[in-house]
Amino acid sequence: MLVHLQGPWTPVLGRLTLQQIPYENPILLGTFTFVAVLAIAILAATTYFGKWEYLWREWLTTVDHKKIGVMYCLLGLIMLFRGFIDALMIRTQQAIAVGHEAPGYMGAVHGYLTPFHLGQIFTAHGLIMVVFAATPLLVGIMNIIVPLQIGARDMAYPYLNALGLWLTTAGAALVMVSLFIGNFAHGGWYGFVPYFELPYSPGVGVDYWIWTFQLSAIGTSLGSINLIATIVKMRAPGMTWMRLPIFTWASLSTNLIALTSFPVLMVSLALLALDRYVGTHFYTAGMGGNLMLYSDLFWVWGHPEVYFLILPAFGMMSEIIPTFSEKPLFGYATMVIASFAIGGVSWGVWLHHFFTMAASPSVNSFYSVTTMLVGIPTGVKVFNWVFTMYRGRVRYELPMLWALLALFLLLVGGMTGMMNAFASSDYMWHNGLFVVAHFHMMVLVIAASVFGAVEYWFPKVFGFKLEQKWGKWFFWFMILGTGWTFVPMFLLGFAGMTRRLDYIPYMQWSPYLHVMLVGMVFYVLAVCFFVAHLYVSLRDRVSNRAGADAWGTGRSLEWMTHSPVPAYNYAFIPHINVLDEWAWRKENGLTELHAGDYEGIHMPKNTGIPLFLGMLFMGLGFALIWRIWWLALLCVALIVGLIILRSFDRDTDMTIPAHEVERVERGARDETPATARSAGMPGGAVTAHSALRPGTDGIGGGTTSTNPSWAPMDR
Amino acid sequence: MRASAAQKVDPAHATLWARHYPGHDMIGTRTFGFWLYMLTDAMVYAALFASLGVLSHVVNLAGGPSPSAFINPVYAYGETITLFLSVLIYGYSMVALKNGNHSGVIGSMFAAMLLGMVYLVIAGIDIREMFAQGIIPEASGFLSIFFTIIIYHALHIIVGVVWMLVMMIQVAREGFSANVVYRLINLRLFWHFQAVIWVFVFTFVYLQGMVV
Repeated sequence: MLVHLQGPWTPVLGRLTLQQIPYENPILLGTFTFVAVLAIAILAATTYFGKWEYLWREWLTTVDHKKIGVMYCLLGLIMLFRGFIDALMIRTQQAIAVGHEAPGYMGAVHGYLTPFHLGQIFTAHGLIMVVFAATPLLVGIMNIIVPLQIGARDMAYPYLNALGLWLTTAGAALVMVSLFIGNFAHGGWYGFVPYFELPYSPGVGVDYWIWTFQLSAIGTSLGSINLIATIVKMRAPGMTWMRLPIFTWASLSTNLIALTSFPVLMVSLALLALDRYVGTHFYTAGMGGNLMLYSDLFWVWGHPEVYFLILPAFGMMSEIIPTFSEKPLFGYATMVIASFAIGGVSWGVWLHHFFTMAASPSVNSFYSVTTMLVGIPTGVKVFNWVFTMYRGRVRYELPMLWALLALFLLLVGGMTGMMNAFASSDYMWHNGLFVVAHFHMMVLVIAASVFGAVEYWFPKVFGFKLEQKWGKWFFWFMILGTGWTFVPMFLLGFAGMTRRLDYIPYMQWSPYLHVMLVGMVFYVLAVCFFVAHLYVSLRDRVSNRAGADAWGTGRSLEWMTHSPVPAYNYAFIPHINVLDEWAWRKENGLTELHAGDYEGIHMPKNTGIPLFLGMLFMGLGFALIWRIWWLALLCVALIVGLIILRSFDRDTDMTIPAHEVERVERGARDETPATARSAGMPGGAVTAHSALRPGTDGIGGGTTSTNPSWAPMDR
Repeated sequence: MRASAAQKVDPAHATLWARHYPGHDMIGTRTFGFWLYMLTDAMVYAALFASLGVLSHVVNLAGGPSPSAFINPVYAYGETITLFLSVLIYGYSMVALKNGNHSGVIGSMFAAMLLGMVYLVIAGIDIREMFAQGIIPEASGFLSIFFTIIIYHALHIIVGVVWMLVMMIQVAREGFSANVVYRLINLRLFWHFQAVIWVFVFTFVYLQGMVV
């Protein structure tokens, strides 16, 4: 059944040989040294400061949705940096390799990257930015904020939540491993068939691409199940659908997209994997395969995925803009409808990714029209934001600045998107830089919203605000970088430059490419300012402490609990009376958060099993990539065994005792900037106390409830 | 201010806190999530059946055998009967759960599991006979999707059988604790879902294959 491989294969190591380690490439060697030194430094520091136990107890084994969200965001930031370095290399290569007299270094004819190496870089750049940077950042923020906004004490499935995180991390780790062992795919992040079939891409690069992608897809699907169930099932009493904060609505819409579209991605990748591993003929050029099947299946996921990424960004803007305009969101109901309209239309537009691939004019027209339809709900959103600001008391603090930047980028990206929707014009610029510049505008909308959301909700999670000075430098240099990089890219797109070039034959494009390089310099400076921003904020954290309502004008429920949020989120579950509950309570002087006697709170217990499962899935991915069959079988057996073993574990819950809740609450209430400490991380102190109370109350419930929420035999 | 005023809630008489909050309905939450999982699995099948539709053209046979030449309706009939019977008996196991009858749950589940195993044996013989005739996934695009669908379905049956084995042990060990009950309900959803999917497999893979 196994396919014919080019190159050696041994039963013990599969395709892995010493030649697969690219030690002769100075760029990769330098990267490896950097990563290795960094890793050793981190491990040594953890050991030196005796933080292993803390790390294990508070982070690696946690099922707390806030900590999982923070780890998602950290993963996203690290991968964002990696993707940025890739972008930097692409831009420098293209600035150097112009004209036939362009110099060549390090084995390249022109520039310093060989076509094979550059191919890997732009493939990794695309994949990382979409599934390992944007997705974890958005999922992480949803993870933190959604349960807080609906008055829940945790996600519906805390264990599954941790599993999703560690699967995504396993995928990201495998992408990083591909730098130093073997190579990565070099045909673009969305793959091409039959080019990605074994005879044409015989190396392990495509296999890395398949399995890292697959791991992140599984992780994201699990996450979407969790978030949907949380929103549907875990809302606090009184929180009817039309009292749901708008970010939660956006999360619901986006996760419905993820739930329905990611399985299709899994199928499209799995069929390609079968072609490469078993020798089937799904996408092959001969033997009854169908090339278009791949394009269709992939983009049936690929376009909903775009809205999966943008909708939470819209949700963040919809939270930030009312807070800093000191007004309710304009057109709440239309905003909800628009979110779901975008989610619905997302399923009917995928063919616009390949207008040029031999569809009939009527088919192309249909997808042109559906694509333009997306502009209607998006336009509704834009006007709603503008009307929210109209006659508001607008404060230009950092989150608001980012939200406004996102709004302007959305105008540019949206308008150019409308231009791309015309199938006839798409024939001119298909696979051209105009399209590339368009979708970078859109992903920068996501980036700007995410930075805004991080500024906005940071005090909620960590208890102190980020400082403003370096943050503003960072903000303005991001704008400079964006302008200098992407305006020339639009112009080059008009000039007819296609994407992914390792060599540019036209000298007249050279000035634009150099201007773009200036833009990259601004971006590099922006990254430095970002680091300074974080460093200064961390250094001055005591003087930047924030109270429960960190910005003073918060409207939704998350501002109704302490900053940082305790492990149990709410000592008393709020009863929701209106939309924008917290704003309503403030207007009516009902801001007291202490509602009487504390009671014990029933919460899930930490577990290391999701981490181990993540490691095993990483091992499985590695084994499949290198075709080490014994290791793959071993990992599958251990995964199944571990899942079954965990199902026998009855010690999965704990109760935070009432006196402990009282202690944490008192600490948070009496806290002044001078004595500030409490839990350095949200609710750090409470996990050690556990008392098993099997089968008395629902997760997140109080122990004094007279009404146990379930009784199996009462039905 | 306007938005909240419009909602006309009297702040003096509003309930602000849900004291003695009982927590969320654990079994309902878990089963709801399982429905969502099944939706993802249904999407996987939808994509596979769409691929079957695409790869059912005569071109996709690549000159190889057409399905009407090798599909054996007797095996498909046997698989249908065993799977549906298994689902029925699993239903009796759920009736026993409602009555709080441990041995009834375990006994019916054991019978359902045995029938699932019979299904797997029949499917195994079917696939082995086709392989012996050189009808293998590598032979053509159509056969690739044909075998992918029936093997993917069989994998679900294997998962179901293992799951039943685990649940029988857990019922015996723990009785009807909340964890066990929600898993039994989820397994019921899972097992019924396999029968529903089998209707589609039978119709689109076997019956349609016989006709084409």
